[in-house]
Amino acid sequence: MSALGLYNYWIFIFLMMCGFYLLLSARNLVKKIVGLNLFQTSVFVFYISTGKVTGGAVPIFTEGVAVYSNPLPHVLILTAIVVGVAGTALGLALTLRIKDTYGTVEEDEIDAKDPLT
Amino acid sequence: MVQFLDVILLTFLAVVAFAAVRMRDLFGIAMLLGVFSFLSASLFVVLDAADVAMTEAAVGAGVSTILVLSTLAATGKTVRPRSGRWKLPLFVTVMVGAALAYGTLDMPRYGDPSAPIQVHPIAKHYIEVSPQESGIPNMVTTLLAFYRGFDTLGETGVVFTAGIGVLALIGRRRRQDGTAAEALGPDVVAERHIIVRVVGKMMIPLVLLFACYVQAHGDYGPGGGFQAGVIFASGLMIYMLLFGIDAAERLVPPSVLQRLIALGLLIYGGIGVVNILQGGHFLDYRTLSSDAAHGIHYGVLGIELGVGITVTAVITTIIFTFTGYLRRGSATQQEA
Amino acid sequence: MDMALDVLSWILLALGGAVAVLSGVGLLRFPDVYSRMHAASMLESLGAFCVLLGLFLQAGFTVVGAKLAILYVFLLLTAATAGHALAKSTYEAGVKPYERPGRRTDSQLGEGSNG
Repeated sequence: MSALGLYNYWIFIFLMMCGFYLLLSARNLVKKIVGLNLFQTSVFVFYISTGKVTGGAVPIFTEGVAVYSNPLPHVLILTAIVVGVAGTALGLALTLRIKDTYGTVEEDEIDAKDPLT
Repeated sequence: MVQFLDVILLTFLAVVAFAAVRMRDLFGIAMLLGVFSFLSASLFVVLDAADVAMTEAAVGAGVSTILVLSTLAATGKTVRPRSGRWKLPLFVTVMVGAALAYGTLDMPRYGDPSAPIQVHPIAKHYIEVSPQESGIPNMVTTLLAFYRGFDTLGETGVVFTAGIGVLALIGRRRRQDGTAAEALGPDVVAERHIIVRVVGKMMIPLVLLFACYVQAHGDYGPGGGFQAGVIFASGLMIYMLLFGIDAAERLVPPSVLQRLIALGLLIYGGIGVVNILQGGHFLDYRTLSSDAAHGIHYGVLGIELGVGITVTAVITTIIFTFTGYLRRGSATQQEA
Repeated sequence: MDMALDVLSWILLALGGAVAVLSGVGLLRFPDVYSRMHAASMLESLGAFCVLLGLFLQAGFTVVGAKLAILYVFLLLTAATAGHALAKSTYEAGVKPYERPGRRTDSQLGEGSNG
């Protein structure tokens, strides 16, 4: 049993909230996407940490190893990482087109030029 | 001792995340994103997730950072100081964080072997049965490619869609007769950087070879289609940065890349259809050979190849398209 | 013999760690870009050498040891090239090296010396 207990999870939540705060409060669109990336990566680390077994080994079958860490979270997060980069690429491509159309990537300037109401 | 490493890496991660929030210079934030991804990859190794660490290092610290830097080259690096809009986001963030922290009070302790996720019979089933049933030591690869093969098909579809989407958004427009519809700016050739070119020329074959190794070795160690695809695309990207995008597009023409994007997904789906034709279910590789274990192994190798081809082609397309777009942007700047 | 190898590899790993800390201090305290780059590349060449040699002593002449050796060659090549590329780009962008205020210039030294 690890002495770290719940401290791990709280640090991961802090990391997630840093990314989330960037996503909410940043005006620059690229900074928002960076915040999204931070958020996603923190979620991945959080998820993988639930699969770890103290004293376990990497889930690759080797002779003489009795306890393995759980491979299921690894599989899900592999998919999630790739989907995350796909989303980032599309988001950045959209940002480039927004810059082309409006001449800026600051949210308030875009809103002034093309208001929703 | 390993706990020590855990605590140190977590502290570094927290410091980097906090610095990213406070930083004003976007270029610095992009670099911090790369550092964050790299530290997460190290943490994944400590958490026994070798495959995930490789993917995160290749994708996060490699491709994501490059894409953000390319975008910043077009959109500018500094952020104006924000004025008064931080109160509501900070409040929402703190509330969500507090709710999540409250939720973790019920969670099992880190590394607990009696946690519900470890005790559930499906984890034991996969760990015990998969090496014997498929003959593949890497349980994550077997899970990804066989037991959860449908998810991976969807994921390859998502990668495919991202490639198509980027092409549609910022790809090159062509007129009916095939000539380029837009003016081209200066090429990104590292002409005066002789040392970089020579060392790069030495490195590119090694990187491509390593990508092939990772692709083939995904069954016996950490690796597989995604990691191999990203590493191969990184090798091609080095070529583009050194010799210019014209030379890179002569090497791998965009039409070939677009066909490869589709080919990988076709291989994946095609293997599934072959399974149906042999009398089994979709993506049930046991029908591929008289021996079930060999069948599963062939199926896994085949679909990993498909995934590798699609991921290579998509990431290469995305990077070439971004660079091409920046080049056209600088052309219009020169005209204006 | 085993113990001697262990002790040697501990010393090398500790040395690598010390180089890392010193390099970090230099990265923060040096006055301009070029000296900071020197501190960073010192870590990549010397620090990586100590750490990888220490690990190699533990791994022995196995596949893992071979991979460590190849890793070091690769790291040396790429890190040195990256440092060079960075320094060259910085110089061509016009960043001048740091001059400590009050330092006598070469012409003043030429006049003041006895020839």
